[in-house]
Amino acid sequence: MTQNGSTQQTLRHVELGLTDDQAIDMYVKMLTARRFDERNLLLQRAGKINFHVSGIGQEAAQVAAAFALDREQDYFLPYYRDYAFVLSVGMTVRELMLSVFAKAEDPNSGGRQMPGHFGSKRLRIVTGSSPVTTQVPHAVGIALAAKMKNKPFVSFVTFGEGSSNQGDFHEGCNFAGVHKLPVIFMCENNRYAISTPLHKSISGNVYERAIGYGFPGVRVDGNDVLEVYRVMKEARARAVAGEGPTLIEAMMYRVSPHSTSDNDLAYRTKEEVDEHRAKDGMIAYKQYLTEAGLWNDEKDAELEKTIRAVIDDATEYGDKAPFPPADDILRHVYAGDDREGGN
Amino acid sequence: MAIMEYIDAIRLAMKEEMERDEDVFVLGEDVGVKGGVFTTTKGLQQQFGEMRVLDTPLAESVIAGAAIGAAMYGMKPIAEMQYSDFMFPATNQIISEAAKIRYRSNNDWSCPLVIRAPIGGGIFGGLYHSQCPESVFFGTPGLKIVAPFTAYDAKGLLKAAVRDPDPVLYFENKKCYKLVTGDVPETDYVVPIGKANVLREGDDITVISYSLPLHFALEAAEELAQEGISAHILDLRTLQPLDKEGILEAARKTGKVLIIHEDNKFGGIGGEVSAILAEEMLYELDAPIMRLCGPDVPAMPINPPGEKFFMLNKEKVKEAMRHLALY
Repeated sequence: MTQNGSTQQTLRHVELGLTDDQAIDMYVKMLTARRFDERNLLLQRAGKINFHVSGIGQEAAQVAAAFALDREQDYFLPYYRDYAFVLSVGMTVRELMLSVFAKAEDPNSGGRQMPGHFGSKRLRIVTGSSPVTTQVPHAVGIALAAKMKNKPFVSFVTFGEGSSNQGDFHEGCNFAGVHKLPVIFMCENNRYAISTPLHKSISGNVYERAIGYGFPGVRVDGNDVLEVYRVMKEARARAVAGEGPTLIEAMMYRVSPHSTSDNDLAYRTKEEVDEHRAKDGMIAYKQYLTEAGLWNDEKDAELEKTIRAVIDDATEYGDKAPFPPADDILRHVYAGDDREGGN
Repeated sequence: MAIMEYIDAIRLAMKEEMERDEDVFVLGEDVGVKGGVFTTTKGLQQQFGEMRVLDTPLAESVIAGAAIGAAMYGMKPIAEMQYSDFMFPATNQIISEAAKIRYRSNNDWSCPLVIRAPIGGGIFGGLYHSQCPESVFFGTPGLKIVAPFTAYDAKGLLKAAVRDPDPVLYFENKKCYKLVTGDVPETDYVVPIGKANVLREGDDITVISYSLPLHFALEAAEELAQEGISAHILDLRTLQPLDKEGILEAARKTGKVLIIHEDNKFGGIGGEVSAILAEEMLYELDAPIMRLCGPDVPAMPINPPGEKFFMLNKEKVKEAMRHLALY
């Protein structure tokens, strides 16, 4: 993603309708997610938290997708690696850290769910679970509601390529295709389902599965932020125009092990990981911004400092925040069984 | 007040709720043009249009899953499973998703969803058109489960289910569809979820049941009255949450309890009712708690003698009631 030619040439982000501030903000979100992710790995290794599941290497596509959506009205059904996505649609680092430490104030679940199980009605981030791909039919149902109520929002759902083998993926795509629903399916193909590599998981291509369901499937380089943004913009335009769903397969690589409980070198080599680490979409994007004259080392150092302060604050806040009272687990099985208010 | 069939009462409940609230809609296999394989939704698409009476692809997990998504948005879906035997592909959506949405989001999101599914045999449906799957879902906190046995309850419980803020499984008995008729008010009434219903007052034995077998119990009770046996009969109406107080009160009335359901005995709802009685009032009982249920085989066969052997009927129920009374 290098910028060549004279300065007269229109910059890619400008061509796509992004302002300079938005272009920079995309990088800010990516870097924030990356540093947040790295902090979690440290916290887990230090014994401060039990578990972390990483999204490193997937931030570029996530941020691009978020910026292409209408963050005032669309509905989001992210999967568990989508820290960069949820940060881009309004969740704060503090809120994420409250979830990491499983504290009462965590807006995702009040400290009930594992980290990475996002949810916030305020931000229209739809609560998710651990059995993978169950969120795909939910996204379809929300898109159905948009169509029934004649509302101009779309639903956006992500999942891994491993998940694209689940029945819920296929049932959801088919339903959405039949009813031409305003939903965007984005597969974050990071080439591994825990230890199972792509070639043992899928013999064809994920994006081509869309053909069978009667709507477009697009493969895109998930490390190319602006290209993901472009493809997502098109998908959203199709959706709101009543032209139905789009399946986007964003190609990327899971740089981290599956989770902090996984030893990835048991099934892949360090050389392979390093090769992909070098293709990091965030680094390429920083290069783009630099060549566009929007970024420099000084600004980068300043941003790193700011992010570090935000994460330090959030970590301290999350760490010190109180757990829910033990008997809080008895609340919210059904409506009205909360003894002291609830939401 | 109109006399109508059980199936008409279900349809009327949907019609009234859809007229009352435009967010209520029906989705399922063949529910639209055809009006459902049993005609349960007949005429609804003509009245409310294709979007609100939605024919879906043949894929139960997305019927439940899309309904869950729509419910989380704020719609009030009624998802039909063509037969309860075919709802198992949707089990993950029901148990992992619908049941846990309020809880896992700490009351931020909710899932006001109704899933209707026909249960029960006696229609020569063989193994896979006859099952009672209550016990699969029973015991999942976050779900409510109701099972009407009269036309009156069919309408009132379905209306209550639609208005409930949490996911409700509505198990309608397919043998009752045409066999059972009764008075159904044309007024807007609901049968409250979570309350059992005393169908008959009696002094000698207490029968606790739900769905179709209650008809056998009521007929048997009439006949046993001639023999001087007085039966107290309780309809659970709601299987989850169980009306514990109602169960204990009914049991205390006679001190002898027979629990009846068509679902097989082992792991069935009767076991839980029995455990409640044992925990709360063991020393007030005058006889062992008895159960009359379907046999513990995978499901009933299609051949008539085999089906008859599996199914409960008035004679089997009467025999079990007399046995308890004479204990």
